[in-house]
Amino acid sequence: MFEISLGHYLILAATIFTIGVVGIFLNRKNIIVILMSIELILLAVNINLVSFSIYMNDLTGQIFTLFILTVAAAEAAIGLAIIVIYYRNSGTIRVQEIDKLKG
Amino acid sequence: MINLNFIYSEIFICLAIMILLIIGVFKKNSSYLIYNLSILSLFVCLALIFNFPINENVELFNNSYKIDYLSSFMKILLILSGIFVLLSSSKYIQIIKINKIEYPILVLSSITGMMVMISSNDLILFYMGLELQSLALYVLSSFNRDNILSSESGLKYFVLSALSSGLLLYGCSLIYGFSGSTNFNIIAENINQDSYGLTFGIIFIITGLAFKISAVPFHMWAPDVYEGSPTSVTIFFAILPKIAALTVFIRILYVPFFNIIDQWQTIIVFLSIASMLFGSIAAIGQKNLKRLIAYSSIGHMGYALAGISTGTNQGIQSSITYISIYLFMNLAFFGCLFMLRRDEKYFENIADLSGLSKNHPLLSFSFLIVLFSLAGIPPLVGFFAKFYIFTAVIEQSMYSLAIIGLLSTVIAAFYYLRIIKVIYFDKEKDKYDKNHNIGLKISLAISTIFILFYFIYPSPLIEIIEKINII
Repeated sequence: MFEISLGHYLILAATIFTIGVVGIFLNRKNIIVILMSIELILLAVNINLVSFSIYMNDLTGQIFTLFILTVAAAEAAIGLAIIVIYYRNSGTIRVQEIDKLKG
Repeated sequence: MINLNFIYSEIFICLAIMILLIIGVFKKNSSYLIYNLSILSLFVCLALIFNFPINENVELFNNSYKIDYLSSFMKILLILSGIFVLLSSSKYIQIIKINKIEYPILVLSSITGMMVMISSNDLILFYMGLELQSLALYVLSSFNRDNILSSESGLKYFVLSALSSGLLLYGCSLIYGFSGSTNFNIIAENINQDSYGLTFGIIFIITGLAFKISAVPFHMWAPDVYEGSPTSVTIFFAILPKIAALTVFIRILYVPFFNIIDQWQTIIVFLSIASMLFGSIAAIGQKNLKRLIAYSSIGHMGYALAGISTGTNQGIQSSITYISIYLFMNLAFFGCLFMLRRDEKYFENIADLSGLSKNHPLLSFSFLIVLFSLAGIPPLVGFFAKFYIFTAVIEQSMYSLAIIGLLSTVIAAFYYLRIIKVIYFDKEKDKYDKNHNIGLKISLAISTIFILFYFIYPSPLIEIIEKINII
């Protein structure tokens, strides 16, 4: 019978992580998508930590995951607030049009 | 309970943040009071650090928090620069109307995060400290919220910094998985040469940290964020996060991963060379002084990394000397920048400096000293900083690194000298205001005097730093 091992979880996490990173760089439309990609990266890390923690019988990884979840929530809140004040000033959140600062 | 005695300074600053928040909520128009109280609480925090014997070497909370000479020294450096930053920017934040109660409180909480980072001996604690400082910095960089440049810089900093902490976390998870623990001491015991997982983990962690100190190729946020955020926040960005991140660099590379130095050494050498070259070349065409200092700080971080890449105690000491000297040079530079004010408006372009020497001889003299020192011209302090780094690098026979470093110093001297030429030989403009606050004058005077007269008596700083022995 086919068994799911640690390696499978790691490959899943690595795939999700890559999707997140690529999502940040390829996305040309909307800044909200970037926020979602950041969230994907953090969730991939959580999968990694929890699966390591289960396979090593060590609780530290799961505790780390709880910390990451709280921090991710705070980060998303601050990110959304910054997006709102940016939208108030410029009237757009399209990634291509965020180019006032350059040189 | 006994553990709590050793972290009085952190506990005090946390309590101070909460009390100041309460005062700010219940007392109307208290922003000025809170600003001064937070400077005062930083002083108290400094006193609390000095209160303990500085040579103490203890590990607290299941070995996850470390108080030793390195951490105490870096905390003192951090809090001192925090005090100077707050002192010199008090008038600026009043004039551009960002003197809200949250401003000093955010500065304090970011300093708390950096103190946790500096002392951390565990990946979890390190991550929590890093996030505490970054979350406060996201808000600070977009603090002038009705200004489009400030909010855009906040947005950019948020996206790139969140990405970098994601990369760093992925590295942490790999290291946890392949070494079996998050504690630095246990990682050091369990580490073995030929585990790919650990190598990947180190690379991800170095990437994340290089973002924080803006080393090339992870520098792209720095110029935009430096230019867009209010100058009082730019000076903060230029100094404090770099002190904290450099300490973490030293701690992570030299405690858990010192046995596999051949795997990370080339990465650090590459980061260092790329930062030195890029920092000196890209700054040549800049017109905005804040943008220029961003590129210059990229270059300076390259020199600090060159010290770390040697793998010796002498290299670490030279890096720490470099960052302490860099701190004073930046304080002096931004102090000069804060003085360019006319009719409630601040100026930050190189063209605004034209002919400054006719109307403001003293200010132009401090500009001259700072820029010569940044360029590394003897006998000013910047020369000694680079001298220590290159001595440490050459003693490890890393000649190519030293040669590239010296060449980029020469290139960088061009744009510093160009500013001096604009100040002294171009057509003069209108006068700037002269009524500056006393804190700005004090911090500019102290840092300029330090830069100018360091060469007379350099041994105290060297003696203090020579006691830092990590390996």
